[in-house]
Amino acid sequence: MGLATFKGGIHPYEGKELSENKPIKELLPEGDLVFPMSQHIGAPAKPLVKKGDRVLAGQKIGEAGGFISANVICSVSGTVKAVEPRLMVNGQMVTSVVVENDGLYETIPNFGQERDYTSLGKEEIRSIIKEAGIVGLGGAGFPTHVKLTPKDDSKIDYILVNGAECEPYLTSDYRLMVEEPEKIVGGLKVILSLFDNAKGVIGIENNKPEGIKKIRELVKDEPRIEVRELLTKYPQGGERSLIYAITGRKVNSSMLPADAGCIVDNIDTVVSIYHAVCLQTPLIRKVITVTGDAVADPRNFKVKLGTNYQELLKAAGGFKTEPEKVISGGPMMGQALFSLDVPVTKTSSALTCFTKDVVSAEPSTPCIRCGRCVAACPSHLIPPMMMKAALKNDCEGFEKVNGMECMECGSCTFVCPARRPLTQAFKDMRKQVAANRRKKA
Amino acid sequence: MERLLHVSSSPHVRDKVTTKSIMYDVLIAMIPAAAFGVYQFGLNSLLVIIFTMAACVLSEYIFEKAMKRPITIADGSAMVTGMILALNMPPEIPVWVPVVGGVFAIVVVKQLYGGLGQNFMNPALAARCFLLISFAGLMNDFSSARLGFDSVSGATPLAMMRSGETVDLGLLVLGRIPGTIGEVSVVALLIGAVYMLVKKVISPRIPLIYIGTVAVFLFLFGGFDPYYVLCEVCSGGLVFGAFFMATDYVTSPITPKGQVVYGVVLGLLTGIFRLWGASPEGVSYAIILSNLLVPMIERVTLPKAFGREGKKA
Repeated sequence: MGLATFKGGIHPYEGKELSENKPIKELLPEGDLVFPMSQHIGAPAKPLVKKGDRVLAGQKIGEAGGFISANVICSVSGTVKAVEPRLMVNGQMVTSVVVENDGLYETIPNFGQERDYTSLGKEEIRSIIKEAGIVGLGGAGFPTHVKLTPKDDSKIDYILVNGAECEPYLTSDYRLMVEEPEKIVGGLKVILSLFDNAKGVIGIENNKPEGIKKIRELVKDEPRIEVRELLTKYPQGGERSLIYAITGRKVNSSMLPADAGCIVDNIDTVVSIYHAVCLQTPLIRKVITVTGDAVADPRNFKVKLGTNYQELLKAAGGFKTEPEKVISGGPMMGQALFSLDVPVTKTSSALTCFTKDVVSAEPSTPCIRCGRCVAACPSHLIPPMMMKAALKNDCEGFEKVNGMECMECGSCTFVCPARRPLTQAFKDMRKQVAANRRKKA
Repeated sequence: MERLLHVSSSPHVRDKVTTKSIMYDVLIAMIPAAAFGVYQFGLNSLLVIIFTMAACVLSEYIFEKAMKRPITIADGSAMVTGMILALNMPPEIPVWVPVVGGVFAIVVVKQLYGGLGQNFMNPALAARCFLLISFAGLMNDFSSARLGFDSVSGATPLAMMRSGETVDLGLLVLGRIPGTIGEVSVVALLIGAVYMLVKKVISPRIPLIYIGTVAVFLFLFGGFDPYYVLCEVCSGGLVFGAFFMATDYVTSPITPKGQVVYGVVLGLLTGIFRLWGASPEGVSYAIILSNLLVPMIERVTLPKAFGREGKKA
């Protein structure tokens, strides 16, 4: 069997060698911890604590604000210092619970105790996952309990674990595969227990042979679990690309993966499910890569949620050279930061620091219609046509050329020899079109 | 941190390939053909190449200066236009003719329509056709003192085949034949074509479909003679046109299916022109005519988005 893949995509410089061989190091926070009430897709959570309250590690401090929402769990013990708007990675000010860490890490009862998932009912498992505040940790932040509650359980025949980690520079998922493969397999088994007709497939890009080997060894006697080697190509880990590569099924913008019988979860999400269900530990930590050519000692860290990014950077030895660009996440889909004074949230994956910002170094020039973007687009779109509509702010024209099928992966912009800000314009147009649709509805 | 951090929307990295690097790759790819032309036809060919390129770059500079637009001559696109136009010139043409053509290509065809990426016809080819109409005598004189071709024996292989004579395929492939400066040597052209394919500057889609269609067409309507078909394919600038002009990004379809359609249309038009047209040539006219069809071809070949195949849009 050849390597599973999709049509289109790009091969950016991977940059993984900076941190791929650095074991995950636990990082304990020194300063205050900040827990934004909105670090997921959907309604913000409602704060359950007020200034002066004592809180414990594992305690729920934000209650899901609706069906599509997620709880927020405190990662340390200490005192609530404030409930106030704080700056987040995406530049928004979000109501957050600020906790002064007492350094005791006192936990709620039963925290960390082993539990046998086979003794639990399906609904029990779902409610544990919901209570634990687990969301898609790959970056989207979609509440996992919602994903695991499709209309019809019996129609789900694939549980896909996304181990592609196609985003350049990121190595946190890879480290988990190498260091905690049993948790990945354990989490997948929990999910499989919810779906009787499903088969579990862990998809891993072939630039991570060590990860593939480790997990393959663990699942060789698991009849319901299989590891698929994926071609190393961006965006292999995009949900639609991954589903197609592994199952041959196609999902478009108006479908959910469940419509194609699939549920896709990222590696760290599956590990968090294992923690919540089998170790009674809710989502309070995140594995984060601190990397880039401006960082003194690129590394992978296990971080308490709410930790300040500045502490991450400090733990990685600070800046080696003065950075021009600092990104939360990887270079393809990450968020450029203007301040490092922001907290680690559930969707944080990396802190990438570049000495040079290649984007501002090269101005955009006219499109020469070379077609590189067309070849790169995993959604089979024609970016120059979308750009033409975008430049005229023509929402209708943008939809006509299938603009809403764009997954904003950035491949077109990466390959553009004229350095045109394609993805950036498309993100804007897609928001406008979506807003117009809501108005009509 | 003393400097301010740069903030922009993702992605934050870019591929190495730039418009400039592409243009220079195309120029490099034309060097074998140009060098062969100069080697075979002599000094005048070299002068034509130099002056045509200079005319293109200079007219772009002057136009942009006069219009107070940013000067873009460094991107290399004007040099590419100049080179293509020069390689389309007869070897002994007075240098002022392609210079006029170069100015026409840049000012009228390219800049008046908005500059790089906005022209709807290939500037070099439009200029060639403009010169063919304006200076028919000079443009159709393929005599070359150096090779001993005079205006009678300097009939191009296409003209010879048309009047029923046979031509030597070996000479055709090597390029020891009368013709324009750059179109004669199939070997030199293919070296350049392979360079562009390897560097992924062009995709083989348009040239192969174009040449294939011409071959099939001439086989069916030209008397089922494979030798004749091969001679036709190797002459008259078809290889040059297919790899260097039909693949021009700006004036060819951007949709993958559209490129297939475009190649077939080019092949059919070239076949028709060669068999029944007034002149045995056909490549240049076929390409600029097809250029005009590009917007329409693109409209009907818009691909279905991933996951939307087989469904109404």
